[in-house]
Amino acid sequence: MRPSAAKSIGLRDVEASSYLRPRLSNLARERIAGYLFIAPDAIGLLIFVAGPMLLSLSLGFFSVSGFGEYSFVGLDNYRRMLADPLFWRSLTVTIIYVVALVPLLYATGLGLALLAKENSRFNTVVRSLMFMPQTVSLVVVGLVWQVLLIDKIGLITRFGGVFGLGSISWLGDPRFALATVIAISVWFLMGFYMLIFLGGLHDIPREYYEAARIDGAGPVQSFLKITLPLLQPTSFFVLLVSTVAAVCGSQTFDLIYVMTKGGPANSTSLAIYYIYQQAFLFNEYGYAAAMASVLVVILMALTVLMFLLTKGGRFTYG
Amino acid sequence: MANAAANPLAEVDATQRAMLRPVQLVLYLASVMLSLIAVAPLFWMVSMSLKPTDEVFRTNLVPHHSTLDNFVYVFTKVDFLRDLWNTFFVSASVTVIALIFHSMAGYALARLRFPGRDAIFLAMFSTFLISQPVIIVPLFVLTRALGMLDSYAGLIIPSIFNAFGIFMLRQFYLAIPRELEEAALIDGAGYFRIWFSIILPLSRPILSALAILFFLANWNNFLWPLTVTSSQDLWVVQVAIASFHEQYNGSWNYIMAASTVVAAPTIIMFVIFQKRIIESIKTSGIK
Repeated sequence: MRPSAAKSIGLRDVEASSYLRPRLSNLARERIAGYLFIAPDAIGLLIFVAGPMLLSLSLGFFSVSGFGEYSFVGLDNYRRMLADPLFWRSLTVTIIYVVALVPLLYATGLGLALLAKENSRFNTVVRSLMFMPQTVSLVVVGLVWQVLLIDKIGLITRFGGVFGLGSISWLGDPRFALATVIAISVWFLMGFYMLIFLGGLHDIPREYYEAARIDGAGPVQSFLKITLPLLQPTSFFVLLVSTVAAVCGSQTFDLIYVMTKGGPANSTSLAIYYIYQQAFLFNEYGYAAAMASVLVVILMALTVLMFLLTKGGRFTYG
Repeated sequence: MANAAANPLAEVDATQRAMLRPVQLVLYLASVMLSLIAVAPLFWMVSMSLKPTDEVFRTNLVPHHSTLDNFVYVFTKVDFLRDLWNTFFVSASVTVIALIFHSMAGYALARLRFPGRDAIFLAMFSTFLISQPVIIVPLFVLTRALGMLDSYAGLIIPSIFNAFGIFMLRQFYLAIPRELEEAALIDGAGYFRIWFSIILPLSRPILSALAILFFLANWNNFLWPLTVTSSQDLWVVQVAIASFHEQYNGSWNYIMAASTVVAAPTIIMFVIFQKRIIESIKTSGIK
């Protein structure tokens, strides 16, 4: 450890001279500096992220009153979960939401990236416009879409009238509300995944496409034989991140809170929203934590997958 | 020989190009259509905010009698300036503190050697995918136990810590050449001085990109401020418009005016910094 440390801080050439003695204290100084530099974030993450993570795994075994009194109840909250039809309902809604949203985001993200792939002034503007919804808060997004979808007089409802769909209540009918929320989520999120795919597409060397063209490959063939295989790491990343976003991204709460409050007939009651309701409307903190712990376990498994995928947390910048 | 090889290729090129022209046109049109779909709802929001009550639900995008009355109403009925200031103060505080902490941590993880460094990195990584909505209940219970409910500290401190910024900065610092620090080390500079006067100035491009992303994320954050604050003095704009929406349900011209005020700062920021924002997100995936 020590020789290599000295080597890489570049003191090898001078270590025989007067730098020999301070070298030991240099090492100690480096260690102390390391701990001091890492301390604020390490302690903060421990208290405000890791702490709640672990707490959510244990809080589920307690009953917590609104005033912060705890009593151990064992598996009661988990048993109650299994018998709660609304929990199963929110789980079903969440699964439908994830299963629909992830492929849609993959398709729209990749499609838009292919569309705006070439670097030109036109495409720069297109990329910016596609990404624009991401910069607006989800509360505003929820309000704007709600006004567009108001029964009978909303702009989109009226536009639907042209196709004979004017009587549909997009957010008020249990048959359509979840699909509407999914569509709005795609509209909001697709620009982000377009950019991630663009990063991946721009890393594929141009020469591959030229070589394929010379060999007589058409656009479809070069997409299937070059783009898709070489895009694999990006695809995995997108699938993973969009799955996490579909389970517990902020849109799963904000949009629901603003537009539907989980209704009509619990048809948009996503898990995150149901957990919030139980905790902060009904003061059932222990029960809410028990449900959240299921999500935490799923996310931890996905994190392990992500760690393997990024070869130990290698993210690139610039 | 060379001619014979080049000619059929040129022919293929020419026919392909001729075929591509209508395809290209369709693709251009598709790009324009999709871009419009992406931004049209935002234009509609601004349009409604400028319309008088009797015109709100007409289908014209440009108001016949545009008026600023809706904005005046919003600012006189609600203490919106206070909410805007709260949001700015909280977002700016989180951004500045987070960037300082993350830069220090990223530097230590990339450059300094100390026992347990890899274990600490792993532990930080394990929090990567955990977002606030998942841990909202225990985070609330914890913040209550720390006596930080309904305070600026409660709004700011729990939002500072996230692994994403640490990783981006660590990655950036791994790519900085060591020579600069070595010279300073030999000159007897301490690590804090090296970080402050060499590393920080070098990381300006990534710090500014992260600053924009953090500020936007915090300005737009809704769930945590909604959960942690109860007194109206501490409201941020997102909580304020959600409550305004419930109070003035149906008065959509007022609600859209309030929404426009809330969205304007982030949209303007995006328009100004779009190149940097788009580049930093484009390159944040894995390769």
